[in-house]
Parts: sequence; C-alpha cells; structure tokens
Amino acid sequence: MIPVWAQLAYLICAVAFILALKGLSGPRTARTGNLIGAAAAVVACALPFFYMERMDNVVWILVAIAVGSVGGVFGARRVQMTQMPQMVALFNGVGGGAAALVALLELQEIVDAPGREAGIGWFVLVATAFTVFVGSVSFAGSVVTFAKLQDLMTSRPVVFPGLAVVFGGALAAGLVLSGMLVADAAMWPGIVLALVGVAFGLLLVLPVGGADVPIVISLLNAFTGLTVAAGGYVLSNTLLLVAGTLVGASGTFLTLLMAKAMGRSVANILFGALKGGSTLGAGEASDRPVKSAGPADAAIMLGYADRVIIVPGYGLAVAQAQHTLRELVDVLGERGVEVDYAIHPVAGRMPGHMNVLLAEAQVPYEQLKEMDEINDDFKDADVVLVVGANDVVNPAAKTTPGAPIYGMPILNADEAKQVVFMKRSMRPGFAGIENELLFDERTTLLFGDAKETMGKLLSAVKAL
Amino acid sequence: MSEPIIWLTIFVLSVFVGIEVISKVSSTLHTPLMSGANAIHGVILLGAIIVTAHAHGFALVVGLVAIVLAAVNMVGGFVVTDRMLQMFTRRKPAKKEAAA
Repeated sequence: MIPVWAQLAYLICAVAFILALKGLSGPRTARTGNLIGAAAAVVACALPFFYMERMDNVVWILVAIAVGSVGGVFGARRVQMTQMPQMVALFNGVGGGAAALVALLELQEIVDAPGREAGIGWFVLVATAFTVFVGSVSFAGSVVTFAKLQDLMTSRPVVFPGLAVVFGGALAAGLVLSGMLVADAAMWPGIVLALVGVAFGLLLVLPVGGADVPIVISLLNAFTGLTVAAGGYVLSNTLLLVAGTLVGASGTFLTLLMAKAMGRSVANILFGALKGGSTLGAGEASDRPVKSAGPADAAIMLGYADRVIIVPGYGLAVAQAQHTLRELVDVLGERGVEVDYAIHPVAGRMPGHMNVLLAEAQVPYEQLKEMDEINDDFKDADVVLVVGANDVVNPAAKTTPGAPIYGMPILNADEAKQVVFMKRSMRPGFAGIENELLFDERTTLLFGDAKETMGKLLSAVKAL
Repeated sequence: MSEPIIWLTIFVLSVFVGIEVISKVSSTLHTPLMSGANAIHGVILLGAIIVTAHAHGFALVVGLVAIVLAAVNMVGGFVVTDRMLQMFTRRKPAKKEAAA
C-alpha cells in the first residue's frame, strides 16, 4: 500500500529518532539530537502528501497544521522556565488526545468499509481499543497535572470516599468496552471507551500530591508513546510503531529513574492516597521558636567562610532570584570563598529542572554538583545557604519512618557547621511536611521574598 | 511468519533500543530528555494526516482537530526543548574564554 521508497524514508526517520534520543541523553549532543528529531518528524509528516493516492483535503490539512504549529511555537516561546513541567504536560496531553482521535477515525473506516471487517484481525481491534483508551487517559491526566502545577486547582491530593471503587469501576468498564469493541467492531463502544478513558485519567491523577506530579507527567509521557505505537499498528505505519515504542520504553525507564531518585515506588506515588494514608502531612505553619537574622548577619557568616554550599530550590526560580544568586556567588568567589551549588535530582519541579533554571541565569556548569558528588562535602562546609528549597534537605527523610518523604535521598545540609535558610514564611514545602532542620540550633532563618532578600544579602556582602 | 508477529518483533526490539539509548542519561538532562521524547511522539501528526486525507463531514472535523492537537505537541515540543538546551550550550564557549 505504501510505496517502497516511502517505507525506506520512514525507516530513515525511525533511525533518526533513535539518534535523537541518544543525542538527548548527553550534554554535548543534546541540542543536535533534538534538531535531528525535529527534522525527521517534519520529513515524516511530509511523506503522505507525496505518496497517498487520495488526498482530498490538502488545504484544510495544511491550515490545521499551520494553526497547531503556530499555537505550539507561541506556547513554547512564551512559557517561563519555571513553568516547564506543566508545558510538557500540556504538549503530552494534546498528543495523547490526537492519538485517541486518530484511532476513532480509523475505527470509523473499519466499520464503514463493507466486507472489510472480516479481513481485519482482532489484533488490530485490540490495538485500536488500547489507543482510544490510553490516549484519553493520557489526555485527561495531563490536563489535571497542568491544572495542579499551574495552580488552577489545589496541588494537594484530591481524595473522596469510595474513590478506589469508582477507580476500579472505571478500569473494569474500560476493559469490558474494549472487549466489546474487539468482539464486534462498532462505533459506539469506541466513543464510550474514550469517555471512560477521560474519567479514568482524571481519577488516576487527582489523588497524586503536588510533589509527585512530575513523575506522573513522565509516566503519562510514556503512555502517550505506547498509544502512538499502537496507533502505528492500527494504521500499518512502521514509523509510528517504532517512534511510539521508543518513547514508551525510554519514558517508562525515565519514570523509574525519577521515582528512584525520590526514594518512592511508582505504585506508591499513584495509589498511595487511595490506600487511605494521605501522601501529605499537616501543611500548616508551625509556631515553634526559630532563630532568625537579618541580611547583614548572614552576609558576615557567608563572607568569612571558607566553604559555602548553596542548595537552590524551586522557590528561588519562582522569585526570579537566580541571577542575583549568581552575582552573590561571584562576589563570594572573589573573596576567596569556595562555593558550589548542590543540586538534588528532583530540585525544582521536575528532575533536572533546577539545572535548566540555573543555566538560564548563566551559572557555570562546573559549579553545579550532583547529590552523590557533593553529599560528603557538607560536613566540611562552613555555611549551607538554602534558597527556596525545603523537602530536599529535610532530615525526616532519614529519621522519621512515617514521613511521606521517608527514604528519599536528601542533601546532607544537616551535617554542615551552619545553615542559613532563606524562606518566605514558615509554611512547609511542596510535600507539606515540617522540616526539623529549621528548628536546629545551627540554623539561621532569613525571612522575606527571595529576590529582595538576596539583593540585600548581596549588597551586605559587597560592603564587608 | 504471520504479519502480527513481524509487528510484535519490531515492537519488542524497539523497547530494548528505547531503554538502551537513554540508559546513561545524567539527571541534569532528565527534563530536556522528557521534553524531547514528548516531541517525538508528536509524530502522531503523521497518523492524523493519513486518516484525515480522505475523511468527509464530521470525520473531517475530528481529523482536523487531531491534526491541530498533534501539531501543537510536535512543533511546540521540539521548540521548547531547543529553548531549554540552548541555555546549556550557550555558556560553554564563554567559560573557555574565561579560563584562557
């Protein structure tokens, strides 16, 4: 059906996608890898225009591509680096939705073609059902993750009595409808299946707490990949099968890597709240006594130290204080202080997010130290400056077996001689658990907006 | 070998390739990698174009919606990944100058 030359072109595109993923996993080759992937995707989408015998709606199709592309470029250019996780979630969601629609249209063709139904193997119908269902799950789930991260809704787990039953019911309904679709190809089970998929996607993500949402984005990304792969089988298109499978497999693997970095299992993240035990703690400010100081005191501590380690968190980027922080580090460096940034694998809101945010502020790559690399240095550090981070230095992860973050590897800020916490208020972090380190006698708190306080700290250090 | 088996073979081999190519990724690049992989599955745009090519009436409308969504995924995904990666590479020459 597809001419040989086009099939070969698809093969070349598939190889290009493999090279793209390979490139994306190394810092030096990442950008080239992404461009290879983009080129292959454009070529692949141009191919049908040259080989398809019937192309009735060329103008409409081109207009739709233009509209989508403009929308995509607009979103991609406008988004701030702090909002990256929800942008990825949104792009992923629309991809999943598109895959589900494609499968529904193909189902319509199968139903409409008289006599063709007999020739269609049940494999194809299984793949169709899979694409419709999982694509809808991915779409709805991604929209919820977007809403949670964009603060359009609460980022806390949403749980209601009987959720587990409804959840199980939706899954069962999905399986039954898939069975009906496979047994007798018809349009209505497909459409209902898509709706059930949307409901299931909502139920899957609503009970997940804010801190775990990034893992879910990665998981849904893998889902969409598998959806596209199944869609490729339905359409007899090898490129879609290979590209989708590559993303599905690497996305699953990446999800496991991230979960490991957080010391959680994927099952625990998804279903922890369903089992009754909330994934969140109190979430309220405590009134226990703490030691606080002004920028001038903190400046003295930092300016006369030999070794300082900075622990940046999402709050830093939200306040847009990373540029001032870089300046502060430069000034400290000029004073002979040895300064490094300790980057927790899940600092920011997505693994590797903090690296992007600091790269934006042109912090030299060499100053960014990964957790394993720097964790032994904390005990020699004179001062640890924690800016906008909380959970990643919370000793409860090591000491309190009941805590939701228990088992998550943390940065050993608690081993340093002194800790300076730059915080807006005493409200707990993203995971909603109180941080004992705040009440430690070696800890000094510096209250205020990160950007403003950082500015004051910078001028105080300059004045030393 | 029947046709479904050939497809299954391609699928299984692709799973291994997918895991293998990213197995050495550093956590620094997790975000761009996720975003880049996200853009790659935007190639469902190709599937959307194929099914819309000879659709009529309501199916045409649905197909065009699918194309718009897929194009947002694919084009937006690659552009946003490039924006992120640009920041990682821009700094390097500057660093070398400083060292020299």
